Amino acid sequence: MESNVEKLYNTFALALNVDVKIVNDNLSYQSIPEWDSISHMVLVSELESVFDVSLDTDDIIDLSSVNKSKLILAKFNIEF
Amino acid sequence: MLLKGKIALITGASKGIGLAISIEFARQGANLILLSRNAEKLLQISEMLQLEYGVKVDFFVVDLKLEQSIKDFFSYLNSQKISFDILVNNAGIMSDFTLQTLKKDSVEDLFQTNVFSVMYMCHFALRNFLKQRKGVIINIASIIGTNGAAGQSVYSSTKAAIIGFSKSISKELAPLNIRVNCIAPGFINTEMTSKYQGDSLDKITKNIGFRKAGSPENVAESALFLASDLSNYITGQVLGVDGGMII
Repeated sequence: MESNVEKLYNTFALALNVDVKIVNDNLSYQSIPEWDSISHMVLVSELESVFDVSLDTDDIIDLSSVNKSKLILAKFNIEF
Repeated sequence: MLLKGKIALITGASKGIGLAISIEFARQGANLILLSRNAEKLLQISEMLQLEYGVKVDFFVVDLKLEQSIKDFFSYLNSQKISFDILVNNAGIMSDFTLQTLKKDSVEDLFQTNVFSVMYMCHFALRNFLKQRKGVIINIASIIGTNGAAGQSVYSSTKAAIIGFSKSISKELAPLNIRVNCIAPGFINTEMTSKYQGDSLDKITKNIGFRKAGSPENVAESALFLASDLSNYITGQVLGVDGGMII
């Protein structure tokens, strides 16, 4: 069964349209051309869908890296 | 039918332009989610549209002046897995006063109803459109927002704000396949404009190319065009529906 970390990395890869191999905890917003303001909106939508959560605006602003996304999702009792 | 299988969310749906858009969209096969402050009228309208056109109509009373009410409404839609394809931000108020008689309460009231509600509706609707990777937003502005009018400086500012907001978000959302356009009606026969009678009405109609006021149905037909796939390569535009009005 897919772990939450795998789910998270796959979600980033899908939303940013990149190979999952380049997704790691340190990957941050605008550090690669694919993670721009447009794909960020797609990313938020995918995270909400995959983890069945509803992020508020502060969380969306705060979502600046893969590592940050783990901290935000942890607020919804999602463990990594 | 141009909107068969689509779901449209329309604010200010109980009268005037909003009602005409609701009827036109239902006639074109759209299921509807109608918003207004008047539950009784919404009930009548939803029964009429369901009977006449066989479409599904849900309606909600939402105070669009409050961000929290809008947020709660979208949370409810989300919890019920209710999605939509088209958002029409039509609800608005008009209030005339000169610069000299401008009051803080009137300014705040106009901006809360005409501008902030549109911004929050679009903001909270985005989640729905992102999930679908497509969507249509139509914001009802006014010719007064593009041209200005004496005695309507604040109303004009609110409509200009809607146009600026719409043009900006159209650029943000185009890569996500979400189209955003405005309609700028001219002088339309509605309850809102019924205070203009006699000489003041004559003065207005003299400045309209067609020499007559428009109807809510004229605006509804333009909304249909912008909501349908007939306009699927159009975004960030302001469509004037003003009969050649000169201000």
